[in-house]
Amino acid sequence: MNFVALRMLNGDRAKYFGLVFAIAFCTFLLENQTSIFANIMRRTGSQILDVTDAEVWVMDPKTEYFDQTKALKDTDLTRVRGVNGVGWAVRLFKGNPVARTSSGRFAASFIIGLDDATLAGAPRKMLLGSWERLREPDSVVIDQAGYVLLFPKEPLRLDRTLEMNDHLVRIVGISDASPPFQSLPVMHTRYSEAVNFVGKERTQLSFIIVRPAPGVSPKELTARIEKATGLRARTTKEFEWDCIRYYLKNTGIPVNFGITIGVALVVGTVVAGQTFYLFTVDNLKQFGALKAIGVTNLRLTGMILLQASSAGALGFAIGTGLAASFFEVMLHKLATRHIVLMWQCVGITAACILFVVIVASVLSIRRVLVLEPAAVFQG
Amino acid sequence: MTTNSQAVQCHDVTKHYGEGDTRIDALRGVDFSARFGELSFLVGPSGCGKTTLLCVIAGLLDRSGGDLTVLGETLDDLSDSDRVLFRRRNLGFVFQQYNLLPALTAAENVAVPLLAADIPRKEALDRAKSLLVRLGLEKRVASFPSKMSGGQQQRVALARALIHEPRIVVCDEPTAALDHATGEAVMELLASNAVQPDRAVIVVTHDSRVFHHAHSIARMDDGRIVEVTRPNGSFVPAGVDESELLHKEAV
Repeated sequence: MNFVALRMLNGDRAKYFGLVFAIAFCTFLLENQTSIFANIMRRTGSQILDVTDAEVWVMDPKTEYFDQTKALKDTDLTRVRGVNGVGWAVRLFKGNPVARTSSGRFAASFIIGLDDATLAGAPRKMLLGSWERLREPDSVVIDQAGYVLLFPKEPLRLDRTLEMNDHLVRIVGISDASPPFQSLPVMHTRYSEAVNFVGKERTQLSFIIVRPAPGVSPKELTARIEKATGLRARTTKEFEWDCIRYYLKNTGIPVNFGITIGVALVVGTVVAGQTFYLFTVDNLKQFGALKAIGVTNLRLTGMILLQASSAGALGFAIGTGLAASFFEVMLHKLATRHIVLMWQCVGITAACILFVVIVASVLSIRRVLVLEPAAVFQG
Repeated sequence: MTTNSQAVQCHDVTKHYGEGDTRIDALRGVDFSARFGELSFLVGPSGCGKTTLLCVIAGLLDRSGGDLTVLGETLDDLSDSDRVLFRRRNLGFVFQQYNLLPALTAAENVAVPLLAADIPRKEALDRAKSLLVRLGLEKRVASFPSKMSGGQQQRVALARALIHEPRIVVCDEPTAALDHATGEAVMELLASNAVQPDRAVIVVTHDSRVFHHAHSIARMDDGRIVEVTRPNGSFVPAGVDESELLHKEAV
């Protein structure tokens, strides 16, 4: 009877396409909105994730997220290095200078000062140039989006100059650094240079990044550092989540996205569920005839489940395909670079669609099971 | 208790819907029997209880009282699932509105009772096609119901009712949606193909133009059988058990 169930399902093309489209639309909306939201939230900690060399971040005890820093003392670096279990520890500077081009165009920027000796903390993907050239005086590596923002409609080219805090700096590399939450140009330079590109403060040390010694877990090391220095130490993952939590708690982004996702969830699931339920109701006469002929309730239940699951699976596949295509296109746009369809969002959406399919199936099955086969004789 | 020649026997069968002020008595003590090898007609005005009686006989509705034996079985003794299996094995249905599945071809529709009985799809379709050929629908085997006339659809429905060789075929107003000529053709087909020595065919109709096909006609009014006539002119008055008369005739 499986083939009868499937033929009943796709026999009426208009209803069938309506049902599949409703599920596909719901899938697309949910995957799209949840992924964009998750990716935007991830951007709040993107510069943390770009630092792949270190696994522990040390900061002022009151620091809550990456963009909020209070400079540490230079001696703090020595204290951290003295903690048992530290493989190496280097300083990291974060500042927000204004970069100007020779044509007068300017943009607030995000500058990361890397340890002069090791350049530890630099994102590894370069589009043009080399990290090693950062050892040249007054040099920076800028991300592609920042370059395009400062030099619009011009080809990527090295050795162009920028002015920051009365310093003329040369672009020696173009990177594919992860976009920050505020979509500012991201520049990397040496620590000793970076502190000159922003207004001078008495202390400049934003973060200390640490690599644990072999055999010491990052989590264990954070506890040791906090105990020994009184500073705040977080693993990379913990610090990323600190940033995400801060933005979730202190901005309107989750509410706005939450409303959109909620509407997508309610509208999508209600439309998809109701379409399938109405499909069953429209076919009640046929189910009644099958009951009269001698098709058991168990078999009818199986038929409805097969119809719901196949429509759900097809709709979900189409919706996921559409969402994947959308993100593939977005991935190649500078403004939305690094925004991808996250597998977790696909999983959550799959669970939602499964829930809709189950609810619609249960309602439909109930309707069919309580149907008196004698009803089929009523005109 | 049914005699060997009787497929269905009802005695004092009642059926009511609702209780108290809303109670409706659809059957008020029906005595009715259907014999193997015969076309038994249930006739009467709309709302007289014909279709309700048909549903009770087919095990689609529970009766409220009286005795009912179908193929020697008292359906009350069967569980719900056994009753479904009983219907699947022993009964064929022809509905007024055909009730063919619009998404299936004629052959696939006819094969449904076999598929429900877990007969392999290919075998079921082969058997369905041969039956459709026998019923003169060889050109419509792969047609969908929407592409067929009412008469053709009813012939397909008839094939669906016969494909699993049931011992009882119940037909609810099979000619009601057809013009006279088409209805007559369908009844001809029913009489020539459905009626078998080991099968009883019960037809509910109020189409008097097809009464000449009947072996017996039970006339209903207000939930009761008021008379039973047979083509040989015998007449069974209301309240008399026709099976007793038949038994006397046989003796």
